[in-house]
Amino acid sequence: MKTIEEIKAAIEAAVPGAGVEIINNPSPSAQHSLLLQRETALAVAQFLRDDAELAFDYLSNVTGVDWLDKEIVEKVKVKKTVTKTVDGVEQQVEETVDETRKRVEPGYLETVYHLYSMAKKHGPLILRLRTANRTDQVELPSFTPIWRSAEFQEREIFDLYGIVYTGHPDLRRILMWEGFKDHPMRKDYVEPDDFEYEPTAHDAVAKRAQEHQAKVAAAQNGGAA
Amino acid sequence: MAVDENLKIEMGKQGVFVTTLQELYNWGRRSSVWPMNFGLACCAIEMIATTMARYDLARFGAEVFRPSPRQADLMIISGTVTKKMAPQVVRLYNQMGEPRYVIAMGACAISGGPFKQGYNVLKGIDRYIPVDVHIPGCPPRPEALLDAFITLQKKIDAQSLTGENRPRHLNPEGQGEFPVPEQGEHDLEPPSNTLVWPAPMVIR
Ligand code: SF4
Repeated sequence: MKTIEEIKAAIEAAVPGAGVEIINNPSPSAQHSLLLQRETALAVAQFLRDDAELAFDYLSNVTGVDWLDKEIVEKVKVKKTVTKTVDGVEQQVEETVDETRKRVEPGYLETVYHLYSMAKKHGPLILRLRTANRTDQVELPSFTPIWRSAEFQEREIFDLYGIVYTGHPDLRRILMWEGFKDHPMRKDYVEPDDFEYEPTAHDAVAKRAQEHQAKVAAAQNGGAA
Repeated sequence: MAVDENLKIEMGKQGVFVTTLQELYNWGRRSSVWPMNFGLACCAIEMIATTMARYDLARFGAEVFRPSPRQADLMIISGTVTKKMAPQVVRLYNQMGEPRYVIAMGACAISGGPFKQGYNVLKGIDRYIPVDVHIPGCPPRPEALLDAFITLQKKIDAQSLTGENRPRHLNPEGQGEFPVPEQGEHDLEPPSNTLVWPAPMVIR
């Protein structure tokens, strides 16, 4: 198989303005992946499938990942003019001060595709697609028109992560029921409060169970008063 | 009224068979408990093994697995009850004719088991329907299911047809229909039927 850099070059030659980015995997497996742009992803996918040499005719796996907002704390050196009293005289002095700055890198939802080629017996090629944010701009292009095997897996990710695949022929929940509102695999999902009976609870579950008991006790006291 | 045990044996020797209506009735009830033909998860494989030649559940009068709740007496909850499946399980139970019994088979059916903290698994079917026998195990071996079955038969045998502890179907006040939970926006509604399952106290 071509190396990831060669595949990137081939994509950029075939799809102008594809904007593909290589994301390196520093672990020993060294499975580097390609980050696609939402606008050109479909054309790139089409190329990867139909190109005679690459011929990625088999989509084996689709995964969702939830990346929360990241708070990054940085130490920056800043020059400041400070008023100081030196030898009894007030002076304006330039000083470099260490400052910690916080910035929030917005989170996003990600889909990861694993491609193989049955014809050429190579793979995997890993593609990633990221949504603009985690809340209201969660659309990604669906790869179902190109690989049928994406259909159920994209439905599952829609169900559990809430990524909306535009162009999917039948985007319904697949595991949870119609009318269910949450996306259980998101990191900020809170399970419903059914912790009334936890005989062997520990850690997080024990905490939830205690909270539940406290709530029940409060309701009983409130009812009695 | 019970017949004196020794008198019964003595009369049996003389070729006279004596019984009570209650014994006869309970013997009939316990000797042909037909289970319903449905499985929910991995435990169902073990249940199927129990019915096959090696373990042979037929020896205890449960040879016919009925594919319709109308013809079944016993519901074996064999596996994980997901929140998506729970309303259907309760509905099937409602459709069974009295007398009817429930065996909760395996860790999942009695408490949610290995998936207890999952967002989609009901923490035990006894939250919605009354369970007669619980079997622990993941999965319970076929012997355990046979044991549960025998336990159920003993339970039926010991029931008196009158008085406080009479079977539900002989009690005009007995509850026949159990509310089917709704699938809500975040969870099943209600999360449990408190009449069937008042949350047990945990003493620490
Ligand atoms: S108790 Fe174990 S074997 Fe039985 S359904 Fe649950 S996970 Fe499967």
